[in-house]
Amino acid sequence: MTVELGNFSPEERAAQEERLRKVWQTPKGIRYWTSVNNSEIGLWYGVTAFVFMLFAGLLGLLMRVQLAVPENDFISAELFNQAFTLHGTVMMFLFAVPIFEAVAIFLLPSMLGARELPFPRLSAFGFWSFLIGGIFVCGSIFFNAAPNAGWFMYPPLATDKQYSGIGADIWLLGLSFIEVASIAAAVEIIVGIMKCRAPGMRINLMPMFAWYLLIVAGMILFAFPPLIAGDILFEMERMFDWPFFDVRRGGDPLLWQHLFWIFGHPEVYIIFLPAIALMAMIVPTFSQRPIVGYSWIVLAAVGTGFLSFGLWVHHMFTTGLPQISLAFFSAASEAVAIPTGVQIFVFIATMLAGRVIFSVPMLFGTGGLIIFVIGGLTGVMVALVPFDWQAHDTYFVVAHLHYVLIGGMLFPVVAGIYYYFPFVTGKKLSDAWGKVAFWLMFAGFNIAFFPMHFSGLRGMPRRVFTYPENIGWDWFNLVSTIGAFVFAAGIATFVVDILRPKPEPKERNLNPWNSGTLEWTNDPSESWGMRSVPIITSRYPLWDQPDLQADIEAGRYYLPDARSGKRETLVTSVLDAEPIQCLRVGGVSHVTIIAATALGGVFIALTFHWWITTVICAVITFAAIIIWLWTGTAPIPEAPETDVGLGLKLPIYVSGPASVGWWAMFITMVGDGTAFASLIFGYFFYWTIHDDFAVAAGPGVFWPMVALVLFVIAWGLTLLTRELNERWPLGARVALVAAFLATVAASLAGLAGPYMYGMDPTSHVYPAIVWIVAIWTVAHGAVGAIMQAYCLARSLAGLMTAEYDQDIRNVALYWHFMGVTAVVTFAVIGLFPLVAS
Amino acid sequence: MKSFIPKEVETLWTLFTAPTVWALHFVVCYATVAVFCAKRLPASFTFDDVRVVLVVVTLLALAMIVLSAFLAWRQWGFGSGDPPHDEPTREDRRYFQGFATLLLSGLSFAAVAYAAIPLIFIAECQP
Repeated sequence: MTVELGNFSPEERAAQEERLRKVWQTPKGIRYWTSVNNSEIGLWYGVTAFVFMLFAGLLGLLMRVQLAVPENDFISAELFNQAFTLHGTVMMFLFAVPIFEAVAIFLLPSMLGARELPFPRLSAFGFWSFLIGGIFVCGSIFFNAAPNAGWFMYPPLATDKQYSGIGADIWLLGLSFIEVASIAAAVEIIVGIMKCRAPGMRINLMPMFAWYLLIVAGMILFAFPPLIAGDILFEMERMFDWPFFDVRRGGDPLLWQHLFWIFGHPEVYIIFLPAIALMAMIVPTFSQRPIVGYSWIVLAAVGTGFLSFGLWVHHMFTTGLPQISLAFFSAASEAVAIPTGVQIFVFIATMLAGRVIFSVPMLFGTGGLIIFVIGGLTGVMVALVPFDWQAHDTYFVVAHLHYVLIGGMLFPVVAGIYYYFPFVTGKKLSDAWGKVAFWLMFAGFNIAFFPMHFSGLRGMPRRVFTYPENIGWDWFNLVSTIGAFVFAAGIATFVVDILRPKPEPKERNLNPWNSGTLEWTNDPSESWGMRSVPIITSRYPLWDQPDLQADIEAGRYYLPDARSGKRETLVTSVLDAEPIQCLRVGGVSHVTIIAATALGGVFIALTFHWWITTVICAVITFAAIIIWLWTGTAPIPEAPETDVGLGLKLPIYVSGPASVGWWAMFITMVGDGTAFASLIFGYFFYWTIHDDFAVAAGPGVFWPMVALVLFVIAWGLTLLTRELNERWPLGARVALVAAFLATVAASLAGLAGPYMYGMDPTSHVYPAIVWIVAIWTVAHGAVGAIMQAYCLARSLAGLMTAEYDQDIRNVALYWHFMGVTAVVTFAVIGLFPLVAS
Repeated sequence: MKSFIPKEVETLWTLFTAPTVWALHFVVCYATVAVFCAKRLPASFTFDDVRVVLVVVTLLALAMIVLSAFLAWRQWGFGSGDPPHDEPTREDRRYFQGFATLLLSGLSFAAVAYAAIPLIFIAECQP
């Protein structure tokens, strides 16, 4: 790409900067919290997740004190149960996953050369959802109401209301809410990486971090929805006594284990890959050379992403599944060691090929890798079925999972914080404090967790709150406890280093580590991100493009100005990153806080069965989202094109597959489709365990077929609307009304089958699963009908025209998924009972 | 022969072909034995028949991965250039895609082969 760079006089530049500053300004005072800028949201997200981590760490220390000596009575059995459940839950759901979302939201725009990710308000909504859900879940322990059945909530223990109280509901609803936030982050990250890279940043030049995050966000789409489906079944059992996991009425607790671990195992890699992505940024910087084996890292990231979905049953080796099933999962569990090993070797090769500077980030990084490799090796051991039968549910597994998670995630994250601290604040953390923190953490960790291998092999089960003396566990436990406190001292040192006041640096140095990647051109004191959006020609532009920094700051590249008074960023093509659109993104808003708070209200009210509050909060959520969409999405621009600088004019409004909104819908619906597939999996799972599956009559053939045909008609009419909208608006509106009516009729017909046959969902699992699949589809029908009504209103209000038709194109895309969902649902519940009998 | 081989397409999706084949193969193997061992229907169909069917499925999956590898090799210019493929050109971007896809085909081949090993050694459902 050879273009003439812009050239501005100092006065012009000052005026540009003034306008940019005004557009990207962060609000002051209380309105600060309405900011949606990625640097604020990323920071809040990260700090919140970190605080949750410290809280969960304290719970871990409580447990270690209790276990230090045999027959201890420091805390009660009940509090111990709540502590270990919350410790695991918070570390996994409120720290490990969100911290990477935080880092991604914070770093990605700068790394990719974008001003902002495409949906800043969605990020803000995700953050507020996470905060509210997290406080709700953590706070429960202060009311002695925390979940207490272990972080994977196995029924029948967790469905027993006598034992688990309200804790299980808090877990299910609080975490469902946070899963929504994760999926929102996944949408943001995928679209951001695919469409918002700087011009010239072809996919072979993308930073490694972006490759990893792309894969991780894709994994979230397939991993979290099965858990959401499981949560729905679980909560229906707890709230309305639908017997999905109750053996006496045909249910099976194993279905929960399947759904949980289809989520739970990929989640381990969802946590691990972003941390390794940080390493892939740090290692080249301190080896002072490009990474060796870029393509091999892509192999490792993609390969791990896929294979991690073939491992879930290795958590279920002792549940009595057929040997051959176990063997498949054992094989996949061994296979995943290949790509994981590849990335370790890539790092070692990069270090060998370069000249390594052993800075604090490298210390944490390499220390973490050593710990991770040990955890990986014990992982290969427990992936073998016969060994797992011995080690299952013992402290050996506790040691293994902490080696993997702390080595593979916590240490690299701390390395990342040391590395990126100057990027966030303009100041470095202390090298001396960092070294002390590292050695305390590294030594403390190994002293705490290595002995657990032995206590586990000597038979100590996990989750016991105390143990008798003289059965060979005493010393190991005491040593573990001492180690845990040394480890905590290391973390405390690190926290103090972050919090202590630091002097202003003597001279302005944006790139203190001499890194090669684009994010280090950003000035943390400005909130516009990139001063101008550069043209990239290298994987390490700061090393290979000598004038880059100066040219960016002089506004010589794209979008050096903000004349429109709107927040703008570039959209580029997926493979070669050619500029295709000037995207206007949402600015400061409080609608996201209202929507998240109201949605939080829905989940909290549901926990306590406050039905009226639930309905009120749901209505507020709905209204807030409609206002958000109506005022914030797809506005018709003042002109079709705008000048983005360097003599290039780009469209402001695009629709269909070229637009970011279409991709957001596509990605969301892929996740939604996965949740639906999980429910259908449940249907057939129950079929496999019962000789007489369809015990109750219904839903018959007639009504499901009527619903199927009506949904297909509504689908067709929606597509017809999309076509008519381009040439005959009136016809399009008529078609929309017809589509709406067909959708309503289809939804009623969908419920008519189970209703007419009087299927009682509390009597047996068969009517329950039929109802739940039908309700899922009809609920989606209701959303589809709302979308049709929304498009009609937009058309009547003149906000959706033949030329500006994003709304109907996105709705038509929704209806493709809706149509497939309806066809599968009604074909299965209507016709499969005939086949099965 | 030429007509059997798909034309070269420019999209990111081809990167995921071979791992997707692995995923489908894995799901088919798992679902088949899960349903067979739970339902044992019809009685005339034995576990050995299941093994034969799945071996055929495995061979098909491996063949598809080999095809994906060939296409990747072609996209990589039949190995005409060496990595790192970090030039800012369309050509190097294509070579990178080809090379990465080829590596993933190799991994997927190994993973499918791994998953097929139990079919050799395990001769019945027993829990």
